[in-house]
Amino acid sequence: MSAQAIDRFAATLPAETRASVYQSTKTTHEKRTRLLFDQFPDPDRLRTLAGEIKQHAIENLDTYLPQAEARLRANGAQVHWAGTAEAACAHVLRIMRERGATKMVKAKTMVSEEIELADYLGRHGMEALETDLGEFIIQIDHDHPSHIVRPIIHKNRREIATSFEREGLGAYNDDPATITRRARHHLRHKYLAADVGLTGANFLSAESGRIALVTNEGNSRFSVAATRCHIVLVGIEKIVPRDRDLGILLNLLGRSATAQDLTVYTEFISGPRDPAQPDGPEEMHVIFVDNGRTEVLAGECREILRCIRCGACLNVCPIYRQASGHAYRSVYPGPVGAVLSPLLLKENFPQKADLPKASSLCGACHEVCPVNIPIPDLLLRLRARAKEENVPSPGTPPMAPWALLASQPTAWRAALVAGRALNVLPTRLIPVPALQAWTASRELPAWRGGEFRRWLKARRRPAPPAAR
Amino acid sequence: MTDDRESILSRVRGALAPLHERAPLPTYDSEIAVLRGLLAGRDLAELLAERMRRVNGLALTSPAAVVAHLRAGGHRHGYCDPALWPDLAPHFADGFTVETSFDRTRVDDYAFGITRAAGAIAESGTIILHDRTTASRLAALAPWVHIAVVSRADIFGDVTQAVAALGDDRNVVWCTGPSKTADVEGILIEGVHGPGEQLALIVP
Repeated sequence: MSAQAIDRFAATLPAETRASVYQSTKTTHEKRTRLLFDQFPDPDRLRTLAGEIKQHAIENLDTYLPQAEARLRANGAQVHWAGTAEAACAHVLRIMRERGATKMVKAKTMVSEEIELADYLGRHGMEALETDLGEFIIQIDHDHPSHIVRPIIHKNRREIATSFEREGLGAYNDDPATITRRARHHLRHKYLAADVGLTGANFLSAESGRIALVTNEGNSRFSVAATRCHIVLVGIEKIVPRDRDLGILLNLLGRSATAQDLTVYTEFISGPRDPAQPDGPEEMHVIFVDNGRTEVLAGECREILRCIRCGACLNVCPIYRQASGHAYRSVYPGPVGAVLSPLLLKENFPQKADLPKASSLCGACHEVCPVNIPIPDLLLRLRARAKEENVPSPGTPPMAPWALLASQPTAWRAALVAGRALNVLPTRLIPVPALQAWTASRELPAWRGGEFRRWLKARRRPAPPAAR
Repeated sequence: MTDDRESILSRVRGALAPLHERAPLPTYDSEIAVLRGLLAGRDLAELLAERMRRVNGLALTSPAAVVAHLRAGGHRHGYCDPALWPDLAPHFADGFTVETSFDRTRVDDYAFGITRAAGAIAESGTIILHDRTTASRLAALAPWVHIAVVSRADIFGDVTQAVAALGDDRNVVWCTGPSKTADVEGILIEGVHGPGEQLALIVP
């Protein structure tokens, strides 16, 4: 049977995975709602305001990017610009080589996944180790994250314990506390042995050049406490105009992502360490990454650049809950990924043009979005674009036969009569794939073709005089 | 190697040129992001203690209570900021080993670290660390217990006030409770990379 790629993936998802994804997305979503609506005087205004701030920032990148660059330079950081994934990777490699560095610890960066930095560095003889517990497990399993905030939402403790045993991190033990403790001891010595700490940035303030970075585990703190060189990968859309705007966005980020008032660690980094501080980087490099973002800015879905990567739209999405993150074949899954992933492919858009169709357009993603992105509208714009570019759409029933029938009254009447056969014929004998798929687990309603026409004809008759 | 600065900026300008008008920067009152009713008439130190408990942190008001807490947890070896040690030393009786320099080659030897906080945020139960006032980033992070010494006068009411006072320190860290993860099956585990216990010692 032909079907959308995402449906085929979801159909093969183990029941256990589906259950764990469903349960944890639902719980986080419900906690988030309680937290926002119990606490703030006007939570809905708060998220529309955050959206306005981010929309202003991306529509003034020509002002804010050079401003942030100047502030970072004044703070003692070095700024680099990378147009593509390859250019960003090359910047990192060059910085490491110039320092004679071979070992990197990585924390909190989706951009590094997007540009496939770890593989690139590995090919050039560098070690790049993930330090977030979930990302570390992803790395030792050669797997991919399936959620923006919860990378291993698709794995259970038994699989993790098996991986730890295989990697020599102790005998099999699937107690989550033991797993966490073993990672703590293994990774802290990796931080201390590393030459370079690489992080992303949740926000970048143009006013101060300050990078805001949030983690719950403290891995980004450790990365910039133990190493002598800090490299930051920041997508150019991460900019906000002023420090005070961070107050609005940080209040929304923790609540939307994990239902916390604030994420445990919020770091504001504006340069290398203070001269009096014994620990941490003496050198800071900030790489501004474009990699398709300017094309998104030029197109008609630029609102997606407001995204603060909280994952709330994943948690609430009925499609994500059933299909899980890997179904989206991309670093950015869920509703936001369905918009962003095809766009970031630029001219290769058709490769992921099916993703915008993986939505019931129920609107829940728009309703929860802390920066008020009208995701359903953007999905429709991308569907239209796929149609205009004649991208094939497997699984969508062809409309041409229907159009032919509907435009010829005689054929239409004949079809209405012929349809009665459906009431007596077993459906499995009818060779229409879409019908077979539909009736695999359901029954067709009884055929009532022609009722509307009969009703309309009856209505046209003049009413009998007695009724006047 | 080439730097893509000019090509990126010219693509940005090209993308924005067709816009008839650009989205304005909204004006707003920061009060919109303040939790309703929380601060009214409250003593900030008390509120900080209450909000820290909510995130599994602990605020104490005397050095003796800190020492008792460490003893109860069996944490006998630690680090203390040399500037704080003269005041705290009398409270640490026999059985404790406290160093005033942090040796990164023996990172696992330190069960606790005592450093100065630059402030705190009552609303969120947050400790604020600055690079200038933290004697060692590692000592505030690697030991199982971190004790941040906060002056009562440095406690902010809410997050927006703390943002307004970020200042010019190059590394400001807000710590809201102990290091934690829920990566394994959504189960909350504390003490992943950083402290498993986050304490504040509130001093006058």
